Amino acid sequence: MHLPISDKIELNILHQNSHQAEKNKVKFNNYNLLCLNIMSSPGAGKTRLLEITLEDLSKKFHSAVLEGDMTTNLDAARLEKLNIPVVPITTGRACHLDANMVSGGLKLLEKKINPDSLDILLVENVGNLVCPAEFEIGEHFKVALLSITEGEDKPLKYPIMFREADLILITKVDLLPHLNFDINELKSNIASTNPKADVIEISSITKSGFDLWQDWISKKILKFKNI
Amino acid sequence: MHEVDMTKCLILSMEEWAEKKNKKKIVVEKINLKIGEFTCVEPISLINTFNAAVLGSWLDSSQITIETIPFEGKCSKCNRLYFPKKENGYKSPCCNFNLEEIISGRELKIASIDFKEK
Repeated sequence: MHLPISDKIELNILHQNSHQAEKNKVKFNNYNLLCLNIMSSPGAGKTRLLEITLEDLSKKFHSAVLEGDMTTNLDAARLEKLNIPVVPITTGRACHLDANMVSGGLKLLEKKINPDSLDILLVENVGNLVCPAEFEIGEHFKVALLSITEGEDKPLKYPIMFREADLILITKVDLLPHLNFDINELKSNIASTNPKADVIEISSITKSGFDLWQDWISKKILKFKNI
Repeated sequence: MHEVDMTKCLILSMEEWAEKKNKKKIVVEKINLKIGEFTCVEPISLINTFNAAVLGSWLDSSQITIETIPFEGKCSKCNRLYFPKKENGYKSPCCNFNLEEIISGRELKIASIDFKEK
């Protein structure tokens, strides 16, 4: 045996994932396809948001969905009713999507449709406020949902998720009159954690805020495509 | 349990590194990590997961060490560095400004690898 050697490598632990995420992003860019990573805790309203969003969005843009779920295809089945390409990704025991899973999902999508014909790919991540925040998938923007039933303190308790988000959608705001909930405190906590994030209040029941959300997506697509 | 997936990434990175060193001729003694306080990683969970994952493998005798990197922000009003606290909404104690710039604490790094040649 020789004396110990110390090799200073300064390599990101998630290098393998980041490397694949970069490859995914190159593919999205080559397809001229904007990719959004939609994240939240379970039950914040991601799938319902997509159902309503895609009804209108599909009139203007060609859309597809990669639908992450731990054990079922229930959410994917809901979205398939909208007649858009949907690829379910069942993660098994993993509580988030990683770049390899999304790469696999993209390959399946390529068998269904030529992604060149698409404008936007919405990736619904697994419901979880912790893990998805650290795993890049090659997305252009991260969108985090937070429903008001979860409490005002969540941006402080799960700061990485809300720090990483480009847009935060405060969902279920139709319930405000029925809850002892301080939306200004929530907004203050979001601003503390991520002062640069866009914030939109939204309700899937009254559809309030959907015009702003659709406008946000449209602007991102048009800017991405240099239109 | 994202520590499982982080461990998977860590082992793959170690494999990639070892291939360049001629894996059969080295023994890894320590993998020295730098983990920021403002990450989703619980150091003890990462160590336990790693120890379980490498049982019986070429990394079986390797040990993980973790240097915790403090979470430090910079006040965007007066440029002073400070340690953001959840209790204070991560605001700067000097000017009560929101956390805009993070100086450190987001690290998830393999800093160095201590190994011996057989």
